Amino acid sequence: MSGTPILQVKEVTKAFGGIVALNRVSFEVNEGEIMGIIGPNGSGKTTLINCITGFIKMSSGKVLFKGRDISNKPAHKIADMGLTRTFQIMRPYYSLPAYKNLVIPLFSPRARRTGGWRGGGKLGDRDTVGIDILEEIGFERDSFVPYKMASSLPTGYLKRLELARCLALKPEIILCDEVFSGLSMSEIASMVPLIERLQMDGITLVMVEHRLRELFRVANRVMVMNFGEKLMEGTAEEVMTSEKVKEAYFGSEEVEEVMTYA
Amino acid sequence: MGTEQEQRRKERLDRGIKVRSDGLYALMSWRELSYLTVPRMVLIVGFLILPLIMPSMYWERVISIVCIYALLAISFDFMAHFLGLVSLGGAFFIGVGGYISAVLNHSLGLPPLVSIAVSTIVGALICTLVLLPCLPLRGVYFAIVTLMYPLFLARLIEALNILGGTDGIMGLDSFPGRWIEQYFMILMVLGFLFGMRRLVNTDLGLVLRAVKDNDQAVRASGMSITFYKAIAVFIASAMGCLGGACLVHIYMWAGISLFALDFSILPIAATVIGGSGTLVGPLLGCLILVPISELLRAFGTLRIVFYSLILVGFIVLRSEGLMVYGQRKYHQFERWVRV
Repeated sequence: MSGTPILQVKEVTKAFGGIVALNRVSFEVNEGEIMGIIGPNGSGKTTLINCITGFIKMSSGKVLFKGRDISNKPAHKIADMGLTRTFQIMRPYYSLPAYKNLVIPLFSPRARRTGGWRGGGKLGDRDTVGIDILEEIGFERDSFVPYKMASSLPTGYLKRLELARCLALKPEIILCDEVFSGLSMSEIASMVPLIERLQMDGITLVMVEHRLRELFRVANRVMVMNFGEKLMEGTAEEVMTSEKVKEAYFGSEEVEEVMTYA
Repeated sequence: MGTEQEQRRKERLDRGIKVRSDGLYALMSWRELSYLTVPRMVLIVGFLILPLIMPSMYWERVISIVCIYALLAISFDFMAHFLGLVSLGGAFFIGVGGYISAVLNHSLGLPPLVSIAVSTIVGALICTLVLLPCLPLRGVYFAIVTLMYPLFLARLIEALNILGGTDGIMGLDSFPGRWIEQYFMILMVLGFLFGMRRLVNTDLGLVLRAVKDNDQAVRASGMSITFYKAIAVFIASAMGCLGGACLVHIYMWAGISLFALDFSILPIAATVIGGSGTLVGPLLGCLILVPISELLRAFGTLRIVFYSLILVGFIVLRSEGLMVYGQRKYHQFERWVRV
């Protein structure tokens, strides 16, 4: 960890009509680290990812990626710069086989420039590169799985396919929207080493999660959100022992009152 | 409950020859080679000898009209099935291509084949530019917008009395000969048909299909969906403009009727009957519908009644489309199995 922030989020606010989904959220992500974002349902985690990656326009605030202002840029330009995301509800191309799903990101300008994940600036045959990426992410190469239609793949593989789509762009940072949710215990157990390996390969990860135990295992830092605001930030131990976080998760009415009048 | 009837179901399996001829092994025997090539050859050869067996000049003209509708239908099928945009813009493409070609031929004196080529490209560019702001629209909204443009342009020409007004532009050059006319049209249709079939299976075609499947994931992959939609709309409108340009030289006249609704609706009917998503199906649909429509002229006003009955019959009895049905029978066999 070199300590320079690769992603700076400054006072990002998003209001849907009168509902403030994000209220002046600020945080920084250092290069090479895994940052976790947790919070109860409806606390604005996915909205935050949508704002950073340009999928929805933020009302105010600023996002800097490697020092460059990317606030409210079109989503495809942000992805082209190397800031990618996965979707909480998986979005594969259901009518295509798994490996053909990767032909599409490999067709993008960024993949052509970088040569895709592990590519040294030159992109080989897209089908082959796609299968290589799938193999690394846990699809058994010599089985039928990479050739199966995405519509017939189980959730575990679809979550991996989401990550593979990001990797095809040779990203610098991936914002993961709940990669662990919906997976069985054994699937999660095999996903954790994969996340660690991505970090070793130099990819910065921001992980929005509900599975706290697995997240705390991999995350260097954790940010807690509640009601669209940043509640606290710290190491996994600090967050786990924090009274504020416990109250936010178990949600007593007193806490709400305290928060509104504070 | 639990009778003999209910415990059986129909099972469909790929024929052995289909599986064998999927890969490189197709080159191993004549039987498998012909399994692959015969359907294509029947289509190509059959289409090419069609002008030779037509009984009269009138029916030769019908072939040219079939080709124009076929171009529109293939373009509709491509947009709807491989890009996810349902377009009612057939009349728009025909009108734009037709009027450009008419002006080029009438005012600048370009020969028909040159004016057709120019108006295909220029017309497609104009159509794409005009539709560019509507590309984020999906489903029925895009359809409505594409339906508006031809109405709008027809009224504009009528009200401002430009481009010949209600009389149209008369006295255009025809094709150099009727054989050239028919074979030019047929070769264009075959060229576009096999070209599009190839295109949708290239990597670019996969991206277009991905835009239909899941446009958010395409954006997340660092690609502008508007750009790829624009490319596809350019290709589709080029086919329509080509049809329109040929049409004005066949009739030697360009008028407001180029914006007629028939050009938007009949290709859709042909696609439904022929089988959507096959690209061959729409051509087959046109080969059936256009001649039927001509034959029914003998019934006068009742023509539309019979025409509608045939359409409803097809949709109720064979809603999947002839080509989808035919391909299934060709590639798979069915049998009853006990559950």
